[in-house]
Amino acid sequence: MNRPSLLWKLYIAAFYIFLFAPLLVVAIFAFNASPFPSPPWKGWTLEWFIGNGSVFGKPGILMDPIWLTSIGNSLKVAVPVALLAVLLGTVNAWVLERAEFRGKTIVAMMMLWPLVIPGVILGISILAFFSRVANSLEEVLQTDLDLLRPGLPLVILGQLSFILTIATLIIAARLRKFDRSLEEAALDLGASRAHVLRTVTLPFLSPALVGAGLVALLMSFENFNTTLMLVGSDPPLPITMYGQMREGATPAINAISLLLMLGVGGIASLFALTSKAQG
Amino acid sequence: MKPARNLTLFLLLAPAVIWLGLLIILPHVEILVLSLSERVGPRVYKFGFGNYLEFFTEPLYWRTFARTAIMSILVTVITLVLAFPIALYIARVAQGRLKAMLLLLCLLPFWVSELVRTLGWMMLLRETGLISYLLQMTGLVGQPVEMLYNDGAVILGLVYGGLLFMIVPLANALESLEPSVVEAGYDLGGSRWTVLRRIVIPHATPGIVAGSIIVFMLTVGNFATPVLLGGKNGLWFTEQIYAQFITRFNWPQGAAFGMLLLVLSSAIVWAGLRLSGQSLGTTLRQA
Repeated sequence: MNRPSLLWKLYIAAFYIFLFAPLLVVAIFAFNASPFPSPPWKGWTLEWFIGNGSVFGKPGILMDPIWLTSIGNSLKVAVPVALLAVLLGTVNAWVLERAEFRGKTIVAMMMLWPLVIPGVILGISILAFFSRVANSLEEVLQTDLDLLRPGLPLVILGQLSFILTIATLIIAARLRKFDRSLEEAALDLGASRAHVLRTVTLPFLSPALVGAGLVALLMSFENFNTTLMLVGSDPPLPITMYGQMREGATPAINAISLLLMLGVGGIASLFALTSKAQG
Repeated sequence: MKPARNLTLFLLLAPAVIWLGLLIILPHVEILVLSLSERVGPRVYKFGFGNYLEFFTEPLYWRTFARTAIMSILVTVITLVLAFPIALYIARVAQGRLKAMLLLLCLLPFWVSELVRTLGWMMLLRETGLISYLLQMTGLVGQPVEMLYNDGAVILGLVYGGLLFMIVPLANALESLEPSVVEAGYDLGGSRWTVLRRIVIPHATPGIVAGSIIVFMLTVGNFATPVLLGGKNGLWFTEQIYAQFITRFNWPQGAAFGMLLLVLSSAIVWAGLRLSGQSLGTTLRQA
């Protein structure tokens, strides 16, 4: 099998063209000087990024409040999700790797569970459950609990439900590699538990913490299925994109997609660097 | 010492218990209960199987369900067939830097949002899209061709989205195949095809099962790809769930659909594991 046939090589080449064609088309047409995101090519422009709307009637993404507020909403969700995922994921990793108790295998299995539930179902189940909680509490407290109604706080909870699994797995994998004799040495030398955690264990974990945070940030930013079910009147970026794609958009959507791709590329290379640092 | 240790364990477990309890278990109990409540009047519900009955008596619902299941199986099979030569090449032929690069190039598009990838296919396939435009330029067709909003486009988009999740487990499984075993197969007079069928594919079975299960689950639960690439002809079951919950505000019906989708994806995963004699633990580890 060491000498691949020509046919096989051609197939590999065709496959990679197939893989990148849609992304390239999206990227290139972000610069097309046309009001429609389709051929023919009308020349290069940056209007769809920074234009004020005087040329094509619609502003570029960096001047358009619709896109800017969507990016803002996405950040309002992604940052808390990433912080919570890293914080709670670290505690979960401790449970998986350090704690001994009856029923640990069941807890470990349950932690994987969110990954095999379709995102739409995570969305509707959380929506239904928190509505029931809100209804019951409102009757008792006689106040409105908008926090538990569709909106950004609920989106945060919905995304966290499965992103936490991923963060937990990344951090637990790193914790498994930790040599516990280092902690024991520090304790023998008279350090307190908290001191050991701060100066020995956490620095060892830090590449995984950063990596898990970046992955959580990315997954939150790009999540669509769960978010769609829980969103209120403040749409995060994927929801706005979806709406525009259904209506038939301007090249502004290509521009935002290109920015997303660049952002993803940046985060992915940062993540690759942190996992390389882990060795 | 003992109470202190119990307290530590309690504190460590608290986030996991709150997370799994409040965001996974109780919400699923809620949709199960909701799916079994029938509306008998405004804001009045009683226990019953009416929502499930409605599913079986309304052809649109069960046809969409069956269609989603059959097309997802089809997508999984196509993805497997397309991905196998790639995975085999990455695992067995490519060496060193080429190997690392091929794998990285596979990973890159999948870091990008599903919506961006779908947008790319829409721009290629639609009537005013690039492929139609190029076909007209070269004179192969006289007028614009619409390649969007049909089953072919939906399958293409879903296969594209599933490829990576097939290639990685396949390549991992093929990686551990001893070259000497393959050579022995040839030495004993096996043809390329015989070696592939009797040695390589059996060895890759754990990867095939893992990849197929993941691709199937992602496909069945997909929403944006069938809706955007299929348009009105997309008819995906997740869309029915969305319609019941968000558009019609008929939550009990939507909850019943959600339970049915969960049962479908679990059943197919279980059947796949049974047929191939694999266990879920080893499968998840492969992936």
